[in-house]
Amino acid sequence: MSFNLILAQAMLGLNNGVFYAMLSLGLAVIFGMLNVINFAHGALYMLGAFVALIVYNYLGVWLGIEGLHIGFWVSLVLAPILVGGFGMLIERTMLRRLYDLDHIYGLLLTFGLALVLQGIFTNYFNVSGTPYPGQPESLRGVVNLGFMMFPKYRMFVIVFSVLVCAGTWFLIERTRIGSYLRAGVEKPELAQAFGINVPLMVTLTFGFGTALAALAGVLAAPIYSVSPLMGANVIITVFAVVVIGGMGSIMGAIVSGLALGLIEGLTKVVYPPASNTVIFFLMVLVLLFRPAGLFGKEN
Amino acid sequence: MRINRILWAILIVAGLIAPYFAYPVFVMKVLCFALFACAFNLLLGYTGLLSFGHAAFFGGAAYITGHAIKVWGVAPIPGILLGTLLALVLGYIFGALAIRRQGIYFAMVTLALAQIIYFLALQVPFTHGEDGLQGIPRGHLLGLIDLSQPLQMYYTVFGIFLIGFVIIHRTIHSPFGKVLLAIRENEPRALSLGYNVARCKLQAFVISAALTGLAGATKAVVFQFASLTDVHWQTSGEVILMTLLGGLGTIFGPVVGAVTVVTLQNQLSSIGSWVEVVTGGIFIVCVLVFRRGIIGELGKALRAPNV
Repeated sequence: MSFNLILAQAMLGLNNGVFYAMLSLGLAVIFGMLNVINFAHGALYMLGAFVALIVYNYLGVWLGIEGLHIGFWVSLVLAPILVGGFGMLIERTMLRRLYDLDHIYGLLLTFGLALVLQGIFTNYFNVSGTPYPGQPESLRGVVNLGFMMFPKYRMFVIVFSVLVCAGTWFLIERTRIGSYLRAGVEKPELAQAFGINVPLMVTLTFGFGTALAALAGVLAAPIYSVSPLMGANVIITVFAVVVIGGMGSIMGAIVSGLALGLIEGLTKVVYPPASNTVIFFLMVLVLLFRPAGLFGKEN
Repeated sequence: MRINRILWAILIVAGLIAPYFAYPVFVMKVLCFALFACAFNLLLGYTGLLSFGHAAFFGGAAYITGHAIKVWGVAPIPGILLGTLLALVLGYIFGALAIRRQGIYFAMVTLALAQIIYFLALQVPFTHGEDGLQGIPRGHLLGLIDLSQPLQMYYTVFGIFLIGFVIIHRTIHSPFGKVLLAIRENEPRALSLGYNVARCKLQAFVISAALTGLAGATKAVVFQFASLTDVHWQTSGEVILMTLLGGLGTIFGPVVGAVTVVTLQNQLSSIGSWVEVVTGGIFIVCVLVFRRGIIGELGKALRAPNV
């Protein structure tokens, strides 16, 4: 087992890790404001990937415009807007009615939503996946990292996602809007008394969280094939990441997502059969020794 | 209380005559899932703990029972008991870990733990991966009754269901059951009254897991196979739906929910994955406007809170 192989797997692991980080970040942002664990987060990630696939492959055919392929960069903006809008609609029409009830109802509602979305796409698309052909020309090819030739696109995904995560952290922890948000989480009534429109903040937060999921979906489309089940497969792992990191902090979600992706990648070198369960076993260890999660606060 | 007696009578009479009016295998499927849902309801409805990982007990028991009967040549009842025992042990481990977190974290932890069992079932050789464990012989009950005869199998399953149902009924109405209710209603208060909340939760979890295992093990004998579907998270979701639709925290609700959902799946099996859309839709409707469920609404209409 050469050192280069380990580094190569670490890079691939990091590549998965940025998706875990983006998804668990979205979950944490939503949970912080709404106290809802969004089970549909995986389905919305899938939806983001399908928006990219559909506007590239099928929209032109449906509209009868030959040669219409809306590309990756447009999708990267379009999908989060569409899915974020869809998320806000869900929040306004459904989730809003559940805030006074036990939190498990939010989980059950979004679980139902995930089933609906997954079922619809399973009907029209191949479950084993459709490749996304719209990877931009400028990101094809490889970069030489010294120890391996790494696909340029994957490098872009890592850098871009880390920037998005850092930007989100900055937005919430260091800006005025973020301070309104945190005030709304801490003391909703008091924040409202100071003239902050808390219900609007809640809707926007949910929209933002779902937009993050869609963004991750678009980024994932050129790497993994676009499948109706792609969200279901990743969301349970992300839940384990969330339990390990603890929902307490934005930074915790980001760091544990990246770290666990890395660990999963390295497990592929050491003992491949355990690679898809290692995160769950780590969750068990965390539950035994630090039940509140690595970054969580005891309540 | 009178309405309770009526429902008991309906349940027993319906159970006894059902195989003469409906396809016995279908009714047996309903019974297995009804037991599964009742066991699940003990946890969600009566203790307030949402487990998203009960498929691990259901499917895990199905695999062990199937393997014991098919490969080790064990008789059906000891085989089913072995499966139940596995679910009990697994329930103890999962429960001990999961009760360290509360609320929705509890749901996420159980879901993630069940995923370990799913991947295990996918990878270890004795489960036969994607093919599942097929051709499990039904064998003879106590060496006498031939279970390959549909009616003899049916009444055995009905008997197993009744045993499980009575255990759950007794648990709910025991002093222990009242403590569980207290935990559901107000955990800090139960704690401050001196109850060992963690231990009670764990006991409820173990009982629920074991009875879920009993249901899964019986299912393996009835259908003569155990597959990855049994351990998949969607099965955990299905049982939540049955319980929710029938009525959380009602005694007969999960049975009604199981009958409804299994019938629906049978009727809709021709429309492919639209079933999933319908299932999800029912989930959404239940959560938004029908949180009491069928029996819960019935109980409210008849002013009988304890159905």
